[in-house]
Amino acid sequence: MNLVRQANTTTWLSPHTGQVWELVIGLEVHCQLATRSKLFCGCAVEFGAAPNTRVCAVCSAQPGALPVLNGEALRLAVRAGLALGCSIAARTHFDRKHYFYCDLPKGYQISQATRPFCTGGGVRLRSGKLVRLQRIHLEEDAGKAIHDRGPWTLVDLNRAGVPLIESVTEADLSAPEEAVEYLTALKEMLQHAGVSACDMEKGELRCDVNVSVRKPGAAYGTKVEIKNLNSFRFVAAAIEYELQRQVAALESGDPAQRLVQETRLWDTEQGVTRSMRTKEGAADYRYMPEPDLPELQLPASFVERERSMLGEPPAERRARWQQQWHLAAKDAEALTQTRELADWFEAAVRAGAPPKECASFLLNEVLTAQPDSLSLLLPRQVASLVTMVAAGEVSHASARSVLRVTLAEGTEPEVVVQQQGLRMVLDTRQIEAWCRQALVGREAIIADVKAGKAAAVNALLGPALKLAAGKANAAVVRETLLRLIAES
Amino acid sequence: MTRPTPNTWLHLDATQLAHEHRSGARSVVDTIAACCARSQRLQPRWNAFLALDCERALARAHTLEHAATRGRLHGVPIAVKANLAVEGLESSCASRMLVGWRAPYTATAVARLEAEGAVVIGTTNMDEYAMGSSGESSAFGPTHNPWDEARAPGGSSSGSAAAVAGHLVPLALGSDTGGSVRQPAAWCGLAGFKPTWGRISRYGLVAYASSLDCVAPLARSMRDLDLALDIMAGPDARDATCSPTALHESAPFKDLQGLVLGVPHEWRAALSDGPSRAAFEACVEAARAAGARIVELSLPLTRHAVSCYYLLATVEAASNLARFDGLRYGVRAAAHSSSLAASISSSRTQGFGAEVKRRIVLGTYALSAGHAEAWHTHAAKVRTLVCREFDEAWGACDALLGPTTPFPAIRLGERSNDPLSLYACDALTTPVSLAGLPAAALRTPLVEHEGGQLPTGAQVVTPHGADRLALRIAEVLETQLGTQALRSPAAEVQA
Repeated sequence: MNLVRQANTTTWLSPHTGQVWELVIGLEVHCQLATRSKLFCGCAVEFGAAPNTRVCAVCSAQPGALPVLNGEALRLAVRAGLALGCSIAARTHFDRKHYFYCDLPKGYQISQATRPFCTGGGVRLRSGKLVRLQRIHLEEDAGKAIHDRGPWTLVDLNRAGVPLIESVTEADLSAPEEAVEYLTALKEMLQHAGVSACDMEKGELRCDVNVSVRKPGAAYGTKVEIKNLNSFRFVAAAIEYELQRQVAALESGDPAQRLVQETRLWDTEQGVTRSMRTKEGAADYRYMPEPDLPELQLPASFVERERSMLGEPPAERRARWQQQWHLAAKDAEALTQTRELADWFEAAVRAGAPPKECASFLLNEVLTAQPDSLSLLLPRQVASLVTMVAAGEVSHASARSVLRVTLAEGTEPEVVVQQQGLRMVLDTRQIEAWCRQALVGREAIIADVKAGKAAAVNALLGPALKLAAGKANAAVVRETLLRLIAES
Repeated sequence: MTRPTPNTWLHLDATQLAHEHRSGARSVVDTIAACCARSQRLQPRWNAFLALDCERALARAHTLEHAATRGRLHGVPIAVKANLAVEGLESSCASRMLVGWRAPYTATAVARLEAEGAVVIGTTNMDEYAMGSSGESSAFGPTHNPWDEARAPGGSSSGSAAAVAGHLVPLALGSDTGGSVRQPAAWCGLAGFKPTWGRISRYGLVAYASSLDCVAPLARSMRDLDLALDIMAGPDARDATCSPTALHESAPFKDLQGLVLGVPHEWRAALSDGPSRAAFEACVEAARAAGARIVELSLPLTRHAVSCYYLLATVEAASNLARFDGLRYGVRAAAHSSSLAASISSSRTQGFGAEVKRRIVLGTYALSAGHAEAWHTHAAKVRTLVCREFDEAWGACDALLGPTTPFPAIRLGERSNDPLSLYACDALTTPVSLAGLPAAALRTPLVEHEGGQLPTGAQVVTPHGADRLALRIAEVLETQLGTQALRSPAAEVQA
């Protein structure tokens, strides 16, 4: 069965029954904080380290070991809340969430149940719709269980105790593309606030999706949770699949297909979701206050300090650039891929670069030159090069070779231009001299131009520029040629 | 003074022994060698130790003998309850689950004593995972009371108490969650001290009920407890719940002039036999004689303390003991099935003893969905009320004085099949634990009991942070009572 999306809506039509359906979606996102050490011990957070080499008495749950909160993780969690417009609790505490699994050394996860760090807030979509956040809390990650290396299960505790924030939305989303837009915006805001690198390939951002369907205006239907999606594409596909599956089940009336509240897993190979456990089989987590960690009080000064670290939200930044500097929307988008790049661009403009030219030079020349370009250059250097190009003092082609030298040797662009004699000739009489020389013996072309075929002049452009040894601006040369022909 | 005999060290307290080692009057190696030999030979008698490491102790003694810096416990042999981590020593918590587990690190409290020159000779027997009041729930056999080997030394710090009462060591560490140091102190005729919760770092103490657990010393003199407290107290970067405030400095008291001691009548009324009542009244008289004003007051919630304590402690215990799944350390049962759940389940079934299982089941139930509100949440509220009751008492007195236990040492086996009657031993120690208050356990006169002479004890309880005040008052009371030099018959037992 295939539902048909109704144009410009978030409703779907069932072709067999004529029934209209809508989706109700909520997202839970786990995001790894960009700290150097774990949440409750001093072990390094390091992706790809040899198994069980970033482990101590605390994160391997040796008898008698105690957790001590990482202050940096606390700061980043608060900053995440501020970036998303949440209210920050003045007092908060940790809870224990109990379950037995081989990758959970203590037999409980230190998390927050009743009093999370952040409540409220949200993310606004381009349509103007606000996706409200219920809460954001801080918790530790579990280790990694590896099942496919033989007849046993291997456990790597390097990840055990790595700090995560979990953000939970209200059931405000109603289409797969809204979920993807929300996730993209969330990821971008967290990256720009310096909260997380959000590298999905390293599992730094993982998503659980709650999804149900209903007839418009009806009460919420039975929801299922799809766990641990590690790509936005899978999030969209899983929602799409669930929409079809749930509507089919509801419309069939078949008791065997009756929807139950359950946890499902996304099968990447088959492109389907599969039941993992039903609510009846769900664990009783027996939350209780964590007695090993004192209640946390977050003074206003602490929260304000983090607010000052936030930086401008990327969406606002793009809007400002487009408005003040007339940047193309796609350039603004590209330059806010990371906070680092956006800050870099802004610094170059502040150093005097014309914004539009600077944006295109950064995106088309600098970033494509080599992967670590930005770390080898100063914004000031790019500003000076772009300024010279914009003033016609250096040709575009020369600028590219100056960039190569500066990247390779660190030489200032002005010096390279000087040493290699790349400065353009701006002297009108000199340019006229080259043009006159190029006109010699080209009467046929002159006649064509005079007859109104201005394009014929292009045949003279090459010879004139050759005479100028590339140091004349092509547009200026072309204009000079046309003027000289007209005057002759 | 009599001429020193090879056994003089037996009767010295830690303060005096350290002094003699520091001054060179006594060899550290001689002391440690004699202490190890005595402990080894008397081990079959009281079953005080679970692991004795004489080689390690002697190696350390040799180092200390020639050390340039000499600490306040220079060369003093100590015993450590087997729920405290001592790097390289087996700390099994008296559980089959942890047989062979050698801690990869040392508990902060132990490390601080060692830094002052103390020499750990071994880890001591105890109730399994500190769950018990008689020492009988150890997986490695009960500990015997050096005053009467047919009796329990009290628990859960049974081996540490027996080691000090048997003059194997002058000072030992235990832990007190609901009375596990104060109660054996009373039954073994010792001085014991439960600090304010959070006063001494818990890092390295295998957690039973984290919000109640305290590292606590046992000794034969109040000044040794004071010294040990002074060394162990203070903030620790590895324990976030450890108090950053310093201990109050105070010189020993000459008397109790100007102090008001409150005697809760519910505590007094809990004493079940005539001789115990008489011993406690002697203590109240001693306080009066030392100049204290005695006021009677009421702590009506005392009768709810045991049930409140057992609910909260078992909930935390079920959580704290979840890590013992046999996967990373300890005993892993041979799996009869390939499933993880089956492996964890059989390791825990085989590894834990009956009392530990009972408390895990109780604590799991009391926090489970549908029951948490009625049991755990309710108990947490009662705990708040208990704290409030003590806060009100401080308006009427400087310290509370009460008996430590309702009756003297029980016979081994007497209550092992009746857990509730065993829990009743904690009636007077648990209220103090729930409120996290400091309490000094002191020796009151011996009593005639079931045809023998047995020790009794009282506790001085003071407000949060007033740890030293409790010790000072207890010290005056012992002097007044003449119990400060109390010696068990075991002191005369030659190894």
